[in-house]
Amino acid sequence: MSKVEFSPDTLALAQRIIKRYPEGRQKSALLPLLHVAQAEFDGWLSPETMDYVASLLNIKPIEVYEVASFYTMYNLKPVGKCLIEVCQTGPCWLRGADDIVEHFEKKLGIKVGETTADGMFTLKTVECLGSCGTAPMLQCGADYYENLTTEKVDTLIEKLRASDNRSTYMKSNMQEL
Amino acid sequence: MGRQILLEHINVPGINTFDVYRKHGGYASVEKALKTMTPDEVTEEVKKSGLRGRGGAGFPAGMKWSFLDRKSEKPRYLVCNADESEPGTFKDRYLMEKIPHVLIEGMITSSYALGAKTSYIYVRGEYMYIIRILEQAIEEAYAKGFLGKNILGTDYSLDLYVQPGGGAYICGEETALLESLEGKRGNPRLKPPFPAVAGLYASPTVVNNVETIATVCAIVNMGGDEYAKIGIGKSTGTKLISASGHINKPGVYEIELGLPVEEFIYSDQYCGGIWKGRKMKAVVAGGSSVPILPTELILKTAKGEPRLMSYESLSDGGFVSGTMLGSGGFIVMDETACIVRNLWTFTRFYHHESCGQCSPCREGTGWMEKVLHRLEHGHGHEGDIDLLVDVAKKIEGNTICPLGDAAAWPVASAIRHFREEFEYHVRYPEKVKNPKHFELEPFVPAAAAMATV
Repeated sequence: MSKVEFSPDTLALAQRIIKRYPEGRQKSALLPLLHVAQAEFDGWLSPETMDYVASLLNIKPIEVYEVASFYTMYNLKPVGKCLIEVCQTGPCWLRGADDIVEHFEKKLGIKVGETTADGMFTLKTVECLGSCGTAPMLQCGADYYENLTTEKVDTLIEKLRASDNRSTYMKSNMQEL
Repeated sequence: MGRQILLEHINVPGINTFDVYRKHGGYASVEKALKTMTPDEVTEEVKKSGLRGRGGAGFPAGMKWSFLDRKSEKPRYLVCNADESEPGTFKDRYLMEKIPHVLIEGMITSSYALGAKTSYIYVRGEYMYIIRILEQAIEEAYAKGFLGKNILGTDYSLDLYVQPGGGAYICGEETALLESLEGKRGNPRLKPPFPAVAGLYASPTVVNNVETIATVCAIVNMGGDEYAKIGIGKSTGTKLISASGHINKPGVYEIELGLPVEEFIYSDQYCGGIWKGRKMKAVVAGGSSVPILPTELILKTAKGEPRLMSYESLSDGGFVSGTMLGSGGFIVMDETACIVRNLWTFTRFYHHESCGQCSPCREGTGWMEKVLHRLEHGHGHEGDIDLLVDVAKKIEGNTICPLGDAAAWPVASAIRHFREEFEYHVRYPEKVKNPKHFELEPFVPAAAAMATV
C-alpha cells in the first residue's frame, strides 16, 4: 500500500480549513478533514488514513477513531464506487421508500448493506435526510435524487454505471433522470 | 397566500445571488444595525418582536440573547444550527438553497448584536451541496464588504465559516452541536453551564436555528413592534412549515401563525388536501418528536375550537389531546397508513440516533424498536402494548438531553390515540405481517373486526 498522504492541492485545502478556528483549536477541523480524506482515499477511512489526519491536526489517533465511528457518514470499511443511501424514515416510507429499496435489491442482485461483485454499487438504508417533501429519495455522494420511481431508479443505475465516477460527498456527479 | 416575510422573493430569478438579493432589499438590516443602532438596541428589537426559536423548542430568541455573558473577557460566538435532521423537517434546507444570503445577512446582523467576531454555520454533512451554496454566498459577501474587516467602513469586523457535520441527528441539540464543532463525538453536555456562559471553546455562545436567524433581518428592518403585530398572541410572525406525507402538494410553505390547520391541509394554496381522494387519518404536526394526533383532534381541540397553526393552539390540551408546533415538520397520513409501522420507523430512527450516553435512552429506544418490530411483523405478545408505555415512561425525563423525550412522546401518543390498532396487530398477526408498507387494506378498527369473527 502506498503511503497515505494528501496531494499538494488537498493539503493546501486542509490548511485553509484549519485556519477557520482559533489557535490551539485545530481539532475543530476534524469533521471537515475526515470528509476531505474520505473523498481523497477511495470513499472510506482506513486506520492509516485516520492516523494521517491525526498527524495533520496534532491529536492522538484515538481522538480520530472515536469521532469517525460516531458519525454515520464516515465509512470504516471499503464501499462500492457508488454508495446508494436510500432514506427509510417515516415520511419517505409513507411515500413508498420500501418499493425503492426492494427495486434496488432486485436490480443489483444484492441486499441492503452489500456491494455488487463488480464493486460498482453499495446499497444502504439511512435515516431522514431532510427531503421529506420530495420523498421517496436517495443520496449518492453529494447528490440528492428525489421523487423517485422504479423507472428513475433504472435510469440512475444505468447512468451511474456509464459515468463510472466514484461518488463522494465532496463533489457532485449529478445524473439527469 | 398570507403574509410572506422570508419567502417574499423566492420566485425572483437569481435571488440566490448577491446582486439580485441586494436589489430586493437584501442586507438592509446590516446597514441599519451597524450604522444606526447599538448592539443592545438590536437585541431589544428582537425581544420586542416576540420571535420564538424556530428549531423546535420555541424559546424566545431575544431572551436567549439576553442570557449571553457580556461581562466575560472571552470572545463570544454565534453558531447557527443548520443541522436540520428532525424527520419531516426540510424548511431550512429550502431556505438556504433558494435564498442563502438571507441567512448570511441574519448572521451578520445577529453577530453584531451579540458582539461576536467569529461565527459558524453548522450544517448537517448530508447537505453538502447546500454547504457549497453557502460558501459561495459568503465569498460574495466578503467581496462586497459585508464580511471581513471593518464592515461597511464601521469598526465592526466579522469572519463567518461553514462547518459540515458528519451525520448525526443528536448534533441538532445545541450542546452536542458545540461538541461536534470542537471536533468531538456529538454527546450533549450536562447543563448548567448553559452555552450562553460556557459554549463553544468554553466561551459565551448563542446557538440559533437557521429560520430564527434569517427572521432577524425582517425584525431589524420593520422594528420589533411591527413584527409582533403579525401572527396571533404569543405566536408572533410567520413560520416555515415543511409539509410531507399523503398530501397533494408536499413542500415548504410560509404561513402566518394562527392559520387554521384545516385551511392549511385542505386549501389549494397549501397542502391541497389528501392524495388519491382518500381521507386523512392522522397528523404529526411538528416533526417526528411531537405527539401524533388523529384527524378529529388535529382539526379541532378537545373543547371543539378550530385548531390553529400556533404554538399555543397546537399544544392546547397538553399531551392528552394536543401536540406541539415543534420544528413545523407537518407529516400527514391517510386512512391506509399503518400507525404501528410508521411508529416503528420513528423508533428505529431514535434508536439509531441515540448518542448512547444515558442508559434509559440508549437501551430504551432499542427495546421500543424491537417490540414495535415484532408487533409489525406479526409476532406481538399480549402485554407488548403496556410494555411500550412502560418503557416510554421510563425514558421520559431521565436523560441529559431531550432526545429521550423525543423518542418517548411519539410512542406514548400513538398508543393513546390508536391503541386499538396496536391491539389489532397482536390479535391478527396474519393480517399485519405483510412486510409491504403503506398499501395495506384500509385499517379495520379492532372492535369492528372482532365483531365479524
